[in-house]
Amino acid sequence: MIDWADTVWRLFTVFAVLIGALLVAAGLIWVERRLLALFQNRYGPNVVGPFGTLQVVADMVKIFTKEDWVPPFADKSVFVLAPTIIMAAVLLSFAVIPFAPGFQVVNLNVGLLFFLAMSSMGVYSVVLGGWSSNSKYSLLGGVRAAAQMLSYEVFMGLSLMGVVLLAGSFDLATIVDAQARGIWYVVPQIVGFVVFLIAGSAETRRLPFDLPEAESELVAGFHAEYSGMKFGMFYVGEYLGITLLSAMIATLFFGGWSGPLLPPFLWFVVKAAFFVGLFILLRGSLPRPRYDQLMAWGWKFLLPLSLLNLLVTGAVILAMA
Amino acid sequence: MSDPLVTLVFYGIAAVTIVAAIGVVSLRNIYRAALCLVLTFLGVAGVYILLNADFVAVMQVLIYAGAVTTMLLFAIMLTRSPGSPRSNAANRQSGLALFAVLVLVVLLVLALGTAVWPQTAPVAAQSSVDVLAKQLFTTYALPFEIASVLLLAAMVGAIILARED
Repeated sequence: MIDWADTVWRLFTVFAVLIGALLVAAGLIWVERRLLALFQNRYGPNVVGPFGTLQVVADMVKIFTKEDWVPPFADKSVFVLAPTIIMAAVLLSFAVIPFAPGFQVVNLNVGLLFFLAMSSMGVYSVVLGGWSSNSKYSLLGGVRAAAQMLSYEVFMGLSLMGVVLLAGSFDLATIVDAQARGIWYVVPQIVGFVVFLIAGSAETRRLPFDLPEAESELVAGFHAEYSGMKFGMFYVGEYLGITLLSAMIATLFFGGWSGPLLPPFLWFVVKAAFFVGLFILLRGSLPRPRYDQLMAWGWKFLLPLSLLNLLVTGAVILAMA
Repeated sequence: MSDPLVTLVFYGIAAVTIVAAIGVVSLRNIYRAALCLVLTFLGVAGVYILLNADFVAVMQVLIYAGAVTTMLLFAIMLTRSPGSPRSNAANRQSGLALFAVLVLVVLLVLALGTAVWPQTAPVAAQSSVDVLAKQLFTTYALPFEIASVLLLAAMVGAIILARED
């Protein structure tokens, strides 16, 4: 027999997470423009609607009504496919995040690995976009993206293994539970947290890690040939990416939904929102490194650091057991 | 696989995987062939999920569909221009290839014909990660370590080959 109440609740979670994530990502475009304006001592969008909040709606209308143009020299099917991959990969990742006790689309045993797998799928979006555009700037952007994201994925995965060791599980809900009962993992895993923060923002390709698009060198890099809603999907995908990353940081290192007084879901939102703000501040304040600096820093510093962190964490857990 | 829905999903995934695999070997555009390879790996991951092997499935996506194929695409992007349509090299070794394939088919038929198959997918009593880890570090510790050493040797070899001297 079908349990109707359960089915309705599951459907509700799916749609709430899907629509919520998209709305938050759209809203973030406005938040980021206002915050960057604040940091840079100017106004930002403040004309359309109260505090300029309807600017997002205006942008949406504009981007939907623009000509949907595919360059004649592009590899058409791959060109069209590329922007959809990033949206699909990031939205799928939201399925495993525990927003509150019981409020999770699917409780996977290997939730953390699923998140990593989906983020490695997201790489294709940028690489394929850069390649199929068949233009030299896009190709350079795509090649850079492939190397950058492949490299930083390694440290991103390794930096999270300390958390997995402490919680003894890949299951995100279990990881949050373990933190709610004990200590937030940011304390014992401060190194892992910092590495994840850096590697994660490299995965989202935002300043200071926007080398694949680097407008001062590559016009717009991998999405130089994109326009209209296809460009919009890359754009929204980027904001979905930082929302996801902030949610993951809150879940893995800051106790997820756990916290006193306030309802769990609100705690989760507060923690995630803080990190979204931090990422916008990072974008507003840090310069872009050179490509060789990015690679050297990753492989020669972050990789040994995350391995050492893993080793020490394992040793301490063994000694205490 | 008694559930008809599971059977249906299995045939769907199997069809996608096989079509994609045919694409990998038959497409003339090497870049698209690599993309078909991604689809093949994802299909295999789907089969693993149907077999209750979620950890193996996620690892399949993370390593094969993710890292390995991205490396492949990276190499193609560095060496070929996007405009070249027929870049999947066909050479004159088709006779040899046919022989190798025939040998493989015979071996597979022998192996599959004599194997005893479980009728249902094993139901994971506990987390599949735990089971896998225990097996890897007890029963299969030696093969596991040998594989690790082999990979390390390959890595060192690659670095030596790539070094400028």
